Amino acid sequence: MAESIPVAHPHEHGHAHHEPGFFQKYLWSTDHKMIAMQYMFTGMAMAMIGGFFAYVFRMQLAFPGAEVPFFGLVSPAEYNALITNHGAIMIFWVAMPVLIAAFGNYLIPLMIGADDMVFPRLNRLSYQIFLISALVLLSSFFVEGGPFGGAWTMYPPLSSNAEYSQTPIGTTLFIIAVGLEFIAFLMGGINFIVTAMNSRAPGMRMYDIPVVVWMIVIASILFMASVGPLIAGAAMLLFDHNFGTAFFDPSRGGDPVLWQHLFWFFGHPEVYVVLLPAVGIVAEIITVFARKKLFAYKTVLYTAFGTGVLSFTVWAHHQFVAGIDPRMANVFTVTTLLISVPVAEMMFVYIATLYGGSIQLTTPMLWALSFIAEFLIGGVTGIFLGASGTDIYLHDTYFVLAHFHYTFFPIAIIGTFAGVSYWFPKMFGRMMNETLGKIHFWGTIIPFNLIFIPLFILGAAGEHRRIWDFTQFPELAIEPLRRLDQLATISLVVMLAFQSVFIINFFWSLFRGQKAPRNPWSANTLEWTTESPPPHGNWRPDEMPSVYRGPYEYSVPGREQDYWPQNVPN
Amino acid sequence: MSARPIATTRSAAGMPTGRLAVWWVIASEIVIFGGIIASYVMFRLSHESFTVDAASTKMWIGATNTFVLLTSSLFAVLGHKAAEEGDGPKAARMLYLTTLGGLIFLVIKTFEWGDKISHGHTLSSSTFFSFYYTAAGLHALHVAVGMLIMLIVSQSAKRNLELHRVELIGIYWHFVDIVWIFLFPLLYIAK
Amino acid sequence: MIERLVPSSATFSGDIDFVFSLIFWLVGFWFILSEAVFFWLILRFRRKSPGQRAQYVTGELKSEKRWITIPHLLVLVCDVFIVFFAVRVWYDVKQALPTAPDQRVVRIEAQQWAWTFTHPGPDGVLDTADDIKKVNELHVEVDKLYHFQLTSKDVLHSFSVPVFRLKQDAVPGRVIVGWFHPTRTGEHDIQCTEICGIGHALMPARILIETPEQHAAWMAENATLSVAAVADR
Repeated sequence: MAESIPVAHPHEHGHAHHEPGFFQKYLWSTDHKMIAMQYMFTGMAMAMIGGFFAYVFRMQLAFPGAEVPFFGLVSPAEYNALITNHGAIMIFWVAMPVLIAAFGNYLIPLMIGADDMVFPRLNRLSYQIFLISALVLLSSFFVEGGPFGGAWTMYPPLSSNAEYSQTPIGTTLFIIAVGLEFIAFLMGGINFIVTAMNSRAPGMRMYDIPVVVWMIVIASILFMASVGPLIAGAAMLLFDHNFGTAFFDPSRGGDPVLWQHLFWFFGHPEVYVVLLPAVGIVAEIITVFARKKLFAYKTVLYTAFGTGVLSFTVWAHHQFVAGIDPRMANVFTVTTLLISVPVAEMMFVYIATLYGGSIQLTTPMLWALSFIAEFLIGGVTGIFLGASGTDIYLHDTYFVLAHFHYTFFPIAIIGTFAGVSYWFPKMFGRMMNETLGKIHFWGTIIPFNLIFIPLFILGAAGEHRRIWDFTQFPELAIEPLRRLDQLATISLVVMLAFQSVFIINFFWSLFRGQKAPRNPWSANTLEWTTESPPPHGNWRPDEMPSVYRGPYEYSVPGREQDYWPQNVPN
Repeated sequence: MSARPIATTRSAAGMPTGRLAVWWVIASEIVIFGGIIASYVMFRLSHESFTVDAASTKMWIGATNTFVLLTSSLFAVLGHKAAEEGDGPKAARMLYLTTLGGLIFLVIKTFEWGDKISHGHTLSSSTFFSFYYTAAGLHALHVAVGMLIMLIVSQSAKRNLELHRVELIGIYWHFVDIVWIFLFPLLYIAK
Repeated sequence: MIERLVPSSATFSGDIDFVFSLIFWLVGFWFILSEAVFFWLILRFRRKSPGQRAQYVTGELKSEKRWITIPHLLVLVCDVFIVFFAVRVWYDVKQALPTAPDQRVVRIEAQQWAWTFTHPGPDGVLDTADDIKKVNELHVEVDKLYHFQLTSKDVLHSFSVPVFRLKQDAVPGRVIVGWFHPTRTGEHDIQCTEICGIGHALMPARILIETPEQHAAWMAENATLSVAAVADR
């Protein structure tokens, strides 16, 4: 396509009269890399809060009525607030900012050979709105009445009427926080989409774009196409709660189930919004560390598009027993099981990429491979829930919870650790410690499975969700089931303890790690052609790269080196 | 930091960056308004009582407002034409007239809503009016924001700077128009 | 498989368990196969010596694509199979409303935070003087078909009886009708399975599936009380 010759700037950034001060450089920057870091660190801080909440409520479940260290006694209201905010934080303030905004902001300009996003100031504004949304949510923990405790799904009438929820201010703040987060990501999405579509390096055709860039762009489109009705719905919920409207109040002609449709019409595509970037990160890593071209690149793209489109047709599988017309349920069973096909295909393609490889089990590769192994469990257990007949029993049990943690955890946690351990050298100019990386890996993965496999069994045994204390239910209060809950909790504590290894590794490497070369992994994509870390503008204006081939030309027969960077003419 | 990135000068998709961005903004707005409108339509179909309330919206006010917005869009088109010809000051004048149209729209709406409220039709008086005020209010918000952006764009345009933005804000304004063209029959004509 | 963990006490609970097991084996097969191939590939193609070269496989050749398309189609076939059985059970439980000459009815009202069960009493008709209202106790007779009328007084709740494998959300402003047919006597948990506020965990209820004699005795004892209560007004 027509590309313009980059304009040489009359003055070099950084050679100007003064170096940017702390404020300009770190807090007011429009540089996509700095904004990416802001999103990443904010997301990680929120992850610690969300993780702490999980610790507290799981301790209550394992040892009901006991004082939880660092928290105290957990009341039923507090329990509900903890699970509500754990869910909301992990999805909206951890998975999305880290996977989409942090990696998207960091990688897209670098991987397509651009010097920044096309709208740097809009980019900065999107982070600022995001930060405000996080602060609004956190403020809800300290208001009179306490934080909202009606689950991240906010179903009315519980959420639309403060007499029912007993959290008048908390509810309002929760809705506003979520709304602001949506607006921040709509703004960020414009940057990702337009930059990736328009600002590619000369010579980079559609199929030369690295998969992770595609995935983040498709995810942004999916988000944008699905969030609209929920923004409308959130406004309606806020009005019901604060201005006496009755959109969802059945006693005055409203319909609570309407909210559910608006919510899940977004909610289901949303899970693919976070899945796709993680899957993209995995693609980048397995190709590099197996030294292999991605198997059927185009198929990967088609499955991503297919999944995206189909994701708009499955939403009511969350509402099978909600009081929808039972005939509708059959449609959604069909569409839901159908969507398992492109997702499975994507996994098969990744597994096929390993065939004939020369696999190095570095820390990033361990994470990327474990994504596949663990996500498969999440995927197959979804079938039980998508099948309407079995969902009658499994709905709102811990089976659902274990299913979605086997999808979300690989996405948000494994995907993040994979991406961070892989791009850390580029981002910070230092290498992370491999030994600590591996210890952290095993110390996370093994306990992870010990948390959630018991929860599948508990769900199948009828243990229902969002329950503060099971001692009231004689059939669930029996010893074997209580022991499983305790196993899950203890495993969580162990897993959380091992996260300290990551924090130590991260900060120690940041300051004392071995200096990283430009391309420590001998990878092909454009970000590895510039310095580690890249300067402002990523490359010198007269050294902006051009592209001559696709991103996965590894182990090409007849070539001496087993990699062939995109920007090398021949 | 204030210089525009090289990235903005490229157009691998064949469309200038700014225009591409505005179309994506519009796409996301379509889904938001689509959500409210779809919810309204579903409610309307299942609630007979809506016809009682719907009868009290005055079609002639809605029609006048439709005429005002369409006329203002005409000025936006003339502004775009002037910008293409490089006549910044004229483009700015056309933008002022467009903004004036928006202002007249909002003033008429203010009187209309004042009258409705004095007759007891408020946001919470019935579900029809909940939808009415929410949808039309969201639209009015977009009109106001559009006016603001238009004034900002006209300040650069009158000095023959950033003339491409005249077209972009014009696209946004046409979208705001089209949303009204959907709302008008739903809220004022369908009784 | 679920029957190993939870008793199966309704006519349709066994059907639901069957679909669960079917999915388990079908999906389990694919899962084990995928993981096995996955781990085998990692072991087989591990880098054992520096400079060990990988193969150049594009995945665009038909012979290569076949490794994906064939499993992909087989998965689709399994899905169709599962859909058939799942939809059949769904139809039976949620779409069909069987009738029987001796069918019973019961009204279930959920609220923050308790269950009110209205049993029709000896005359078998709801909303008559001999109705028996109980809070958090549902008494039913084994081997009888029951229709239930479910509603909520305030927020969303959900009526769940694990031993029946039954679940249905209670929506305020609506009466949702369903059915069950108990097959075993016993006393079991009733759960609320839709978060309904602070007391969501504090509204456990019990279902007592009684023999005809037990049920008749319970009814006789309680019906006189309620008729007497009405007469006293």
